[in-house]
Formats: sequence, C-alpha cells, structure tokens
Amino acid sequence: MSDLRDSEARLRALMLASLDGDAASYRVLMLDLRERLRRYFGRRLRGGLFDHVEDLVQDTLLAMHTRRMTYDPRQPFTPWVYAIARYKLVDLLRGSSQHKHVPIDDLADFLSGPAELEAADAHRDLDRVLDTLPQRVGSLIRSVKVEEQTVAEVAAASQMSGGAVKVAVHRGMKALVARFGGKS
Amino acid sequence: MTDDLIARLAADLKPVRRTALRERLAAVIVAGLAASAALMWIWLGLRPDMAQATDTAIFWIKSAYTLVLGLLGVWAVERLGRPGAVGTAPLLAAAIGFAAVAAAALVNYMTSPAQEREAMLMGGSAAVCPFYVIVLSMPLLLVALAFMRRLAPTRPGWAGAAAGLAAGALGAWVYSFHCTEQGLPFLAVWYSLGIAAVVAIGALLGHRILRW
Repeated sequence: MSDLRDSEARLRALMLASLDGDAASYRVLMLDLRERLRRYFGRRLRGGLFDHVEDLVQDTLLAMHTRRMTYDPRQPFTPWVYAIARYKLVDLLRGSSQHKHVPIDDLADFLSGPAELEAADAHRDLDRVLDTLPQRVGSLIRSVKVEEQTVAEVAAASQMSGGAVKVAVHRGMKALVARFGGKS
Repeated sequence: MTDDLIARLAADLKPVRRTALRERLAAVIVAGLAASAALMWIWLGLRPDMAQATDTAIFWIKSAYTLVLGLLGVWAVERLGRPGAVGTAPLLAAAIGFAAVAAAALVNYMTSPAQEREAMLMGGSAAVCPFYVIVLSMPLLLVALAFMRRLAPTRPGWAGAAAGLAAGALGAWVYSFHCTEQGLPFLAVWYSLGIAAVVAIGALLGHRILRW
C-alpha cells in the first residue's frame, strides 16, 4: 500500500503546484495521468469501444483542466481524478450494450498505477527470461512454477513421466539461476 | 495528439486560488439574492408592519428556518459540484432542520385550541405562499444552476436538487420579509412546500442540463 500512498502524495503535490500556476509541474502531472488513464480506460473498453480510449483520455484531461477549481486541496487528489474519469467512462457507456459488463467501480485499481505497471513489467520480464530456455522447458516451468499446476497434471498434459517433468523443471531453474540469479 | 493537448493545456494554465470555488459561489449567491430581493421589493413590497414584526418570535423563526436551509443548500452546492462528492452532511442537516420545525409545528398545532388551528395552518395566504416562494427563487435557481454547470457534478440530479434547496430556501427567506403570517404550522407546511417544489424543479433540470 505504501506505493499507493507515495503516488498519491506525489500527484497531489504536483496538482497543488499546478493550481499555483506551475506549468512544469502541470506537464509532469498530465503526462503521468495520461498513462494511468490509458490503462484505466483500456482495461474497461472492449471491441469497437477500444478505439475511444484516447478520446476519453483527452476528454478527462480537458475536463480536469477546465474544472480544476472543483479539486478541494484538503482532500486526496487521486479520487478526484478517478471520479472524473469514471464519469466520462459512464457517459460513453451509457446506451452502449457493454454497459452492464464493464467493471467501473474500482478505485483501488485506478489508484494502483505504478504497482500495476510493475506487475505488468514483472510479467514481461518473466516472459523474456523463460524465452531464453528451450521452449519445452520454459513451458514446463511456466506450468509448474507460475500457473502452479501439479507435476502430475503437467506430466499428463505433456505426455511425460512425473520424474522427467521434475528433472526438466529442476534443470531449467538451475540454468536460470546460473544466468540471472543475483546474490539473494 | 494527446501530447498537443497537454502542451496547450499547460500553456493555458493560470493560477487558481485554493478557495476559488467558494469565493465564486458566494459571489453568485449574493447576486442571486440581490435579484430576488429587488423582485420582491418591486412586486410585493416589504411587509408594512416591519417595525413591530421584528419584536415577534415567529418573524425570526421564519427568517432563521429559511436562511439556515438556504445556507445548507449553498453548502450542498459546494459539495455536489465536486466530482465524486455526495453532500450527505448538508442534505441530512437540512432534512433534520425540516423535521425539527415540522415536529414543533405539530406540537404547536395539537396543543392549541381547536378554533385557532385553522388560522395557524392556513393563515390568509396559504394558497399563494408556495407560488411566491417559487417565483422569488427563480433568479437564485438560475444563477445556482449556471454556476453548477461550470463545476463537475457526477450526480446531476442531486446537484440540481442542491441548487434548488439553496434557491428555494433563500427565495423563501426573501419572501419572509413580505409575508405577515404568524403561524408555525403555516411556516412548516406552506414555506416548506414552496421550497420542496424548487428542489424538485432543480433536480429535474439538473438531470437534463448538468451533463459535461
């Protein structure tokens, strides 16, 4: 949770500086929010509506700008942006058939910008690491270590013996540790 | 494209005082009150017995009831104009204020001799009181809704109702300087009815015009 608090404190400080007229802080704030808003809308708009992500991002930034006096400086900043983004999203979805299927009420999800990003990065890193192994070994490790299937399930699915799966995974992990392992 | 937008917005950035919303809201309400008071003055006029009226408790009760509800309405506008806000505190306080006056009026009515009750409740202007309240509220409703359109209400119906409460109750406050009624039950029923009508008008209009 401390990630969330840090990002709230940082964004709020930027907003307060922006209200005082500091254009440099304002740019940093807008660029940061643009990424968060892209993720927020991107995750919620499917199919044809996905094309509206950038429109919604711009709509939200513009509304923030023209209505910035509605931010109460004594209150947290992130919920304020989230409320505007959510309003714009609901406005778009109103009348669209997707309305009932989109999870829009998720402040924590919106707040968790950097943490979410780290999770996504971690996933990409994992993919890259596993790609350095022979494909078969990489997919065995993914099944056993990441997706937490049992050795028996993986063995059955890959038509190997349980022992062979264990040995392959063990050797693969050893190879990874040799290549990427730090001191820990 | 979004980069261009951000560059333009940053170039357009002007300082906004931390109290900007409150200051502008106060200015808007004062302007609306002035228009409402001018309308009352020209159209209806102050009550002729103003000097004696200020010696009676009911004059001050009418004034306090409507002014307090009006200020709670202004507070609700200040809350509900902000995205994500619900305005529970001012609206709940207004409901409690109404309930308190209604309860006091009921006790007053029930404990009075039967032959006085009709006069306490109906006075001489029950049929026109809510109408006057509604008309005198219109300048206030106009400016309150216009101001709300520049804010970011995420509950347009409630935001309109808040504007209606501010306008209706302050309009009733202005009217209380014309009205010569003496009954607490009269206040509780007919003033409240006029205010409630403006709240309803505000909610209906808000639902339509407070989209952004």
